[in-house]
Amino acid sequence: MSAEHEDPLQTFIAESRELLLQMEEALLDMESRPNDPETINAIFRAAHTIKGSAGLFGLDHIVAFTHVAESVLDRVRNNEIALDPGLGALLLKAGDHLGQLIELLAAQASPGAAIQADGQALQARLESYLDAALAADAKQPSADKPATTADLAAVNNPHWHISLRFGPDVLRHGMDPVSILRYLATLGEIAALHCVTDAIPSLAEIDPEACYLGVELAFASDRTPDEINGAFEFIRDDCLIHVLPPGAPLDTYRRMIDTLDKDAGMQAILLALGSLGPEEIAALNHPGDAPAGAASMLGGEVAEPSVKENKSSESSLIRVDAGKLDQLINLVGELIIAGAGASMVARNSKLPALIEATTLVSRLVEDVRDSALTLRMVQIGATFNRFRRVVRDVAKEIGKDIALDIRGGDTELDKTVVEKIGDPLTHIVRNSMDHGIEPAEVRLARGKPATGQLRLNAFHESGSIVIEVSDDGGGLNKARILKKAIERGLIGESQALSDKEIFNLVFEPGFSTAEQVSKLSGRGVGMDVVKRNIMALRGTVDIESVEGVGTTVRIRLPLTLAIIDGFMVGVGNAAYVLPLDMVVECIELPALPASEQTAPDYLNLRGSVLPFVRLREQFEVSAPPPTRENVVVVQYAGQRAGLVVDRLMGEFQTVIKPLGKVFSQIRGIGGSTILGSGEVALILDIPGLVRQVTQQSQPAATGGTETCTSNT
Amino acid sequence: MHSPAPTATAAQPAEPRQYLTFTLGGEMFAVETLSVKEIIEFGQITTVPMMPPSIRGVINLRGAVVPVIDLKARFGAPATEVTRRTCIVIIELGADDDHQVIGIVVDTVSEVLEIPQAEIEPPPAFGARIRADFISGMGKIAGRFVILLDMGRVLSVDELATLSAFAERPEAALAAG
Repeated sequence: MSAEHEDPLQTFIAESRELLLQMEEALLDMESRPNDPETINAIFRAAHTIKGSAGLFGLDHIVAFTHVAESVLDRVRNNEIALDPGLGALLLKAGDHLGQLIELLAAQASPGAAIQADGQALQARLESYLDAALAADAKQPSADKPATTADLAAVNNPHWHISLRFGPDVLRHGMDPVSILRYLATLGEIAALHCVTDAIPSLAEIDPEACYLGVELAFASDRTPDEINGAFEFIRDDCLIHVLPPGAPLDTYRRMIDTLDKDAGMQAILLALGSLGPEEIAALNHPGDAPAGAASMLGGEVAEPSVKENKSSESSLIRVDAGKLDQLINLVGELIIAGAGASMVARNSKLPALIEATTLVSRLVEDVRDSALTLRMVQIGATFNRFRRVVRDVAKEIGKDIALDIRGGDTELDKTVVEKIGDPLTHIVRNSMDHGIEPAEVRLARGKPATGQLRLNAFHESGSIVIEVSDDGGGLNKARILKKAIERGLIGESQALSDKEIFNLVFEPGFSTAEQVSKLSGRGVGMDVVKRNIMALRGTVDIESVEGVGTTVRIRLPLTLAIIDGFMVGVGNAAYVLPLDMVVECIELPALPASEQTAPDYLNLRGSVLPFVRLREQFEVSAPPPTRENVVVVQYAGQRAGLVVDRLMGEFQTVIKPLGKVFSQIRGIGGSTILGSGEVALILDIPGLVRQVTQQSQPAATGGTETCTSNT
Repeated sequence: MHSPAPTATAAQPAEPRQYLTFTLGGEMFAVETLSVKEIIEFGQITTVPMMPPSIRGVINLRGAVVPVIDLKARFGAPATEVTRRTCIVIIELGADDDHQVIGIVVDTVSEVLEIPQAEIEPPPAFGARIRADFISGMGKIAGRFVILLDMGRVLSVDELATLSAFAERPEAALAAG
């Protein structure tokens, strides 16, 4: 691939992926709503566009394969073939195969023998539908014969009649009408030609880049309709094209003239070209008594003028490089920091006018930030819709009948989050289908409908997005989880756990309750990875389940990864930021009773034990502690812990800056941010910090005061 | 001070290179100016807790958070004491995809010098008091030797990261005991 082709090719790849997704979605729709013409059209358009673009890049293997699929779809569209589940499944496979070809193209590899063989097998199966349809076609005229009227009588003309009205954008799309005609001439002989110039406006109104021409031509060729139609492949979307084969019924001419009614003198042109004789013109003006509807498109493949109905919705969207968006978000982040600095200076200056001005600026900056962040927001619907295919395929594979219910597909969240949530979600969905939903017999025995229900739901809740995967399956068996957890040594035998804690054991590494390991899930490597992935997105996951009724896995994620609401605390001279959503409350550290020498690292919080971390000790701050210390109570993943700090400094909007590779191994610190003063503050990674402290204190639990253990 | 390049060295890629010289604990060092981005005053620095002494902290360099390394501590000596003349030299390392900006703390920045290839000796096997792989060569300036530092090795990101991971355990254990 030459270098100058690289970029359009990337666009082609990206577009094709999208189109394939749309196609898949539409095909899945067809299963529930067969014969919806709009859906069939959507599938056809997707295939057609891929084929057209692939042709531009000379990707012959893709063109050849798509062409067959497109032909089948075209016949489906014309109601010549019924789209039954078998064909639907075949088309889905064809879509997968195309996807493979596209991915290979993206990886700059050529398809291997196995894929080629696959493609040929699929192609052969698709062609069998075409053959069947052709056979039906052949029968059709004889079946229709009794209804023959003058309209259906073939015209007495040995030539093809081709009518072209080029769309105004043809030249802008890089298509030259002359080259089309020249190409046509290679397929046969242009017997007569009439150029239609009616559409050309007056000189003053003429747009030099637009095409106003039309052509009527009589064409002598013994090629197949497909080959001749192929000549207009690239202009079909923009142009009004009629291709009438030799001896086409008169009615098709009438309909063609009707479509072109604004062109005066069509009949004269047809006469002049020799496409119609004088008697035929007369017959045209006096339609027979037969209803026009009886006439079907016999033999002739009249390309329907495809109106670009989705054009208007497309033109309101623009494709933007994600890098540019990131840059914008970064700049907005800088702006927030600079704005905070300006506000601080203004407050110190005590000039009312200046304070007012900076307040206004800050408010606007916040608005800019909010709208900049929405630019990165995408709807989760596309991710959800991918699961329709997953659910359909998995359900077939494991022989269960499962219906997927998608809700809240228009809920928006950050693109980065969307990209990273796909895998964990797949895992949860597969788990639900495999282990959650019971086989049909069991369901019926339990008095449930045989079809299992799986629901994906998304909604916003207090600054975060909640994604729920629920099923109406067997639910989690608490006793079995406990037994397993004790077996695996995850918990002690005498430990009393709440329901939530029991369910959350499922996320422990090396835990799997499925008695038999299936191909889909149950190797016990899954759920802990799911949890880790979600934690990495600063999210949480928990399970709700009622045995015999169903299970809901609830994932809670932040809306964005770039900016968080922080809570600032001071330790020694340094300021640290905690994510505000983890902060539960702040209390004063109770003074040490005079009777005790050393204070324990826990306190009594309204009757429950709250272990805490002294950040001064943890961070080795040498300055003397203030007389009063505070405890920030934080909560994450259902656990509570206290952080002892010197000062509480309040809420603060934080733009997260990564710390760089030098600090890649650091634990307990999640990132950094720049304060209004220009100073850098570190963002604490609370789970990491607590884990670190836990590890440090574990040997101490048995070793008394001798806490210095060797690192092995 | 150097004599006009003799013909013998003309065969070598003898473009004289520019070096920034600075002092550290009384000794003179030099880095190639190609890797020096800028020199800033030693100002507000945020200490990162649980780090070895050689990682001094982070600074805000016009909106970017840049780690600062204490070279003296990195060479095994006690940490640099901050005086009025203490500077941070911002060093840029690596190519596009592995681009790193790191600051180093130095006692004083001296001057920019051209040192011809002929005036650069290979590093001694031992005796320089700092790790031999940190030295790319010994430059001769007015009869004195200046240690030319190999910044890629001194500020090896992988090594610093490993260092930061190891540092936290013994120090934390010490604090507890």
